[in-house]
Amino acid sequence: MGDFVAYWASHQDKFMAALGEHLVIMGVVLAWSLAVAALVTLAIRRSRRVEGAVLQVLGALYSVPSLALFSLLIPLTGLGLTSATIVMVAYNQFLLVRNIVEGLNGVDPGVVEAATGMGMSPMQVLLRVELPLAFPVIMAGIRLAAISTIGIATIAATINAGGLGTILFSGLRTMNVYKIVDGTVLCAAVALVADVVLKGIEKLVTKRISR
Amino acid sequence: MQDVIAYFSTHGADYIQMVLEHLNVSILSLAVAILVAVPLGIACSRSPLLEKISVGVSGILRIIPSLAVLVVCVPILGTGVLPAVVALTVLAIPPILINTALGFRSVPVDVLEAARGMGMDERLVFFKIKVPLAFPVSFAGIRTAASEVVASATLAAYIGAGGLGQIIFTGLGLMRTDLLVIGGASVAALSLLVGMLLSAIDRRMRPYEFAKQ
Repeated sequence: MGDFVAYWASHQDKFMAALGEHLVIMGVVLAWSLAVAALVTLAIRRSRRVEGAVLQVLGALYSVPSLALFSLLIPLTGLGLTSATIVMVAYNQFLLVRNIVEGLNGVDPGVVEAATGMGMSPMQVLLRVELPLAFPVIMAGIRLAAISTIGIATIAATINAGGLGTILFSGLRTMNVYKIVDGTVLCAAVALVADVVLKGIEKLVTKRISR
Repeated sequence: MQDVIAYFSTHGADYIQMVLEHLNVSILSLAVAILVAVPLGIACSRSPLLEKISVGVSGILRIIPSLAVLVVCVPILGTGVLPAVVALTVLAIPPILINTALGFRSVPVDVLEAARGMGMDERLVFFKIKVPLAFPVSFAGIRTAASEVVASATLAAYIGAGGLGQIIFTGLGLMRTDLLVIGGASVAALSLLVGMLLSAIDRRMRPYEFAKQ
């Protein structure tokens, strides 16, 4: 036990650098994912049939293992962060678009009608009525996407995208038990902390909206 | 394209071997996970305390990255098929457990009462009422677990468990795009096929629900 702590202490800078990279990847991926998901949702919202079809395609894409998508993209976009980001953004589309659509469809049609009757334009209805009411569901989607991104980003280390996966793979390659155990503990801790923080935000936002 | 044909003409037997390894590891892990998680899930639907504990642990396990679960088995169990199967089983248990507990718990009380009122004993109520009604939810968990297992089995190639991931890791090591495309497409196809097969089974098991449409 002491050895694991000692290894952590002596290599703290390396762990922290990897953690920093990991968080940056997560932030960038989430920002892109949200932007793309917003556009996709706007494009498919008009028809329920298109919605269903697009969600089915995204679901199928989501079920494909990340390592497979990484390797299919390498011939096109090469090794590194670009391929990794594209794959992770594509995965998140299923979680985000599904929840945004679900949230928007769950808004009481009477409320939308009332807002339209008060003279709001469709854009105003969307931004001022539908989005705030759908926000708790959307936020749940964002949390799922963040957790899934943390997991997939570790695998992205195989294609040189950096992050915490680098520690795990180099630990495996050199059979360095301390590196392996400390790395996995850090990975698990990051995911768990992110989950708690996002759940907290979710609760806060929901409370504010329902008031 | 030429490279792909060349690969299959020289490595055809290896390829089939790797597909079989991949399926072998996946099926074994999923089977163990089902054997553990379904009875545990049923027990959870009866005991709130057990449910609280197992759902809590499962929730934590679902959040931890799959690579971390896979990697942490290596110092304890070494490399090879065993640590891979253990890790994949651990990854497959949470979705099955959570869904089975949910499925058995959400059987409507009035249906149970009606069954008992018709004179069914507990055994009949369990097999004729609870199992069929909980099956769809429980099976959805098995589907989720299966797609996770097939995906993580690809990663397991890195710890020496074999399977189609080997093609990808070799391709990455040698920077051979032909191997990457073959490996990536094969893994993608395999996971989609497994998903389609399981949803076909699902539909087969409860034709009455799909007959309406």
